[in-house]
Amino acid sequence: MQKGAETPLYLWCGYEQTDFEGLTMDKDDTLTAGAAQAAAETMTGAQMVIRALKDQGVTHIFGYPGGAVLPIYDALFKVEGITHVLVRHEQGATHAAEGYARSTGKPGVVLVTSGPGATNAVTGLTDALMDSIPLVVLTGQVPTHLIGTDAFQECDTVGITRPCTKNNWLVKDVNDLSRVLHEAFEIATTGRPGPVVVDIPKDVQFQSGAYHGPHAIHHRTWRPKTDPDLGTIVKAVEMMAAAKRPLFYTGGGIINSGPEASRLLRELVDLTGFPITSTLMGLGAFPASRPEWLGLVGMHGTWEANHAMHDCDLMINLGARFDDRVTGKVSAFSPGSKKIHLDIDPSQINKIVRVDLGIVGDAAKALREMIRFWKTQKHQVQAAALKDWWKQIDKWREKKSLSYRNSDTIIKPQYAIDRLYELTKHRDDVYVTTEVGQHQMWAAQRFQFQQPNHWMTSGGLGTMGYGLPAAVGVQMAHPGALVIDIAGEASVQMTMQEMSTAMQYELPIKIFILNNEYMGMVRQWQEILHGKRYSHSYSEALPDFVKMAEAFGCVGLRATKPSELDDKIKEMISVKKPVLFDVRVDPAENCYPMIPSGGAHNEMLLSPDDGGEISDAGKMLV
Amino acid sequence: MPKQDAIPKPDNTVERHTLTVLVDNEAGVLARVVGLFSGRGYNIESLTVAEVDPMARTSRITIVTSGTLHVIEQIEQQLKRLVPTHKVTNWTSAKAGIEREMALIKVAGTGEKRVEALRMADAFRARPVDTTHSSFVFEITGSPAKIDSFVDLMRPLGLVDVSRTGVAAISRGPEAM
Repeated sequence: MQKGAETPLYLWCGYEQTDFEGLTMDKDDTLTAGAAQAAAETMTGAQMVIRALKDQGVTHIFGYPGGAVLPIYDALFKVEGITHVLVRHEQGATHAAEGYARSTGKPGVVLVTSGPGATNAVTGLTDALMDSIPLVVLTGQVPTHLIGTDAFQECDTVGITRPCTKNNWLVKDVNDLSRVLHEAFEIATTGRPGPVVVDIPKDVQFQSGAYHGPHAIHHRTWRPKTDPDLGTIVKAVEMMAAAKRPLFYTGGGIINSGPEASRLLRELVDLTGFPITSTLMGLGAFPASRPEWLGLVGMHGTWEANHAMHDCDLMINLGARFDDRVTGKVSAFSPGSKKIHLDIDPSQINKIVRVDLGIVGDAAKALREMIRFWKTQKHQVQAAALKDWWKQIDKWREKKSLSYRNSDTIIKPQYAIDRLYELTKHRDDVYVTTEVGQHQMWAAQRFQFQQPNHWMTSGGLGTMGYGLPAAVGVQMAHPGALVIDIAGEASVQMTMQEMSTAMQYELPIKIFILNNEYMGMVRQWQEILHGKRYSHSYSEALPDFVKMAEAFGCVGLRATKPSELDDKIKEMISVKKPVLFDVRVDPAENCYPMIPSGGAHNEMLLSPDDGGEISDAGKMLV
Repeated sequence: MPKQDAIPKPDNTVERHTLTVLVDNEAGVLARVVGLFSGRGYNIESLTVAEVDPMARTSRITIVTSGTLHVIEQIEQQLKRLVPTHKVTNWTSAKAGIEREMALIKVAGTGEKRVEALRMADAFRARPVDTTHSSFVFEITGSPAKIDSFVDLMRPLGLVDVSRTGVAAISRGPEAM
């Protein structure tokens, strides 16, 4: 906020100057993250917000000021230890916070104003809810006496965000504020993570009240179950020991549980030698370089992963939720298998697919117990059967379902991603974000992730425009790392303005645009499902991305021929500035393999030559 | 692999279930519960809500809903998932609940119909709570089915207006829900 601005906002917000008195702070009042505070301290609501953030260990917040959050921004002005990242649009703040959260395991914090500030955050909130990303979003609200009067920049924030948050609060009494803030962090981060909103009217920000630290706060009802029932674990390992064609099917729950869950997953695969596949959200939990790895599962998954899903006799779902992008036609989904489903959210068990054994709990805890029981009960795998199973899988692998026809003259998008991977794979600090569409699927299929928390993508909601601001958030958290947004030219234009944020905070993010001039996935579906009628999926007037990069003060690069790709990628990596790299790729390339909508796992298309009949029921699906 | 017909077919019979949700009585909690039903496409046939413990600030919401058993199970799980939810009980599955509803029923008429209405009301243990020369308001308590039949009987006798509370439910025996 500009200090001493000529027209103080409080005048037209209906405030008297005296309202600010409670906010005056001397230098020596500088807020500090205290240890356990026995007695409540008195401070203003705005100061409580900052104090609560510090007590919760928050070091970065993503936000955008406005009339209804000015007191909080004023309190922020004097604070050290919290970096505020000024975005260019509130949607960008939420995605940046998601990228931050996903790459660190810590909650992402967002601060926006009332009305449009809050409504602009809705896409990011929904995205975080679908992908179980912990976000704490603080919104300003008009003063309590104006709520319900259609005041300037008023909206029913808790009403609008109720279905797209795990929980939300409107705080009308300053004495409730510190409790609600700490509860908000507790709820966002425990159990199945998710976004929360705390809506704080402007008068509450000015009022003084009692602040209580996080130690004093424990939510009245929220008790997520994280310890699995040991009986279910015993049963699970028995089923695993009896399985002839087992398969691990893992998801974002492993990542959300923390790096320990990924380590334990590797140990369990080592113990059993079972094949493993993963959803989009779970990539990186298991190293793609390992022989047990079958690649991505689902609509654009590999031949071997999907056939293994279809033909397995035991499916061990660890932290995935049988999303329609994974199951395809539910009635034909893995018809001969027994299914184990581990999830921290009990409502996910039996939601889409009936399972034989549901385990409710945290992934790391459940995996640790599975390993313990496997060892202490001296279980052995069905070695001969498993050998045959691997033989079958190797046959499927021979299909080489990710292969494509390369070209000397035109850059194939698959080639571009392969080169990007090859030229960065020696580093262990590569973080990849994506937008949504073909490029996202190619990245998921081809980029070989070895570690968790290095892959940030919008899975459930499929939010075009996610990747660029997410890269901003990732780079804030990992200043020296190589952060690449694998983008499409259509998606990236949705949140392009955050290049300006990247410049302001000197974040050398790399926007690797696979520019095919089309909304590629829309075009692909129109080709396959709608008789090649490419209705409004071609971008007639694309910007010159190189010039645009330069206008932002970033570096613009362009490649049009395969032969120049490597040098340009190297240049992109070596430049210490944000880079927009316009990779002109084959506009007609489709993403294969593909299970057409309404199809089963063993009805995959591998290439355009496969034709593929789509049923009318399939056409109805998204 | 099991034979195709060995796989049990999903039961698509729609059933009516009565659920009780004990929640923190905080702002917006009813909207959260109702929003869950509308957002996920579940039905609400009746809904009753009131604070039941002012000291603990808890409210009790009783919902009559309908759906396949799979949907009912999902409803219970989704309700449990709400942050302010303490407990969810399905009285229909548990078969250990008592369900009652209250209704106020206005009947207007004179002569033989008026006498008949009063006689019926007596048989149903419905109490007149407002009487004029040409009308009664009856208060009746019972199962929703009993109220349905009473309303049907009043229809030819000059039924004017019906106000129903929706179902309240509680468990039999000494235990709380």
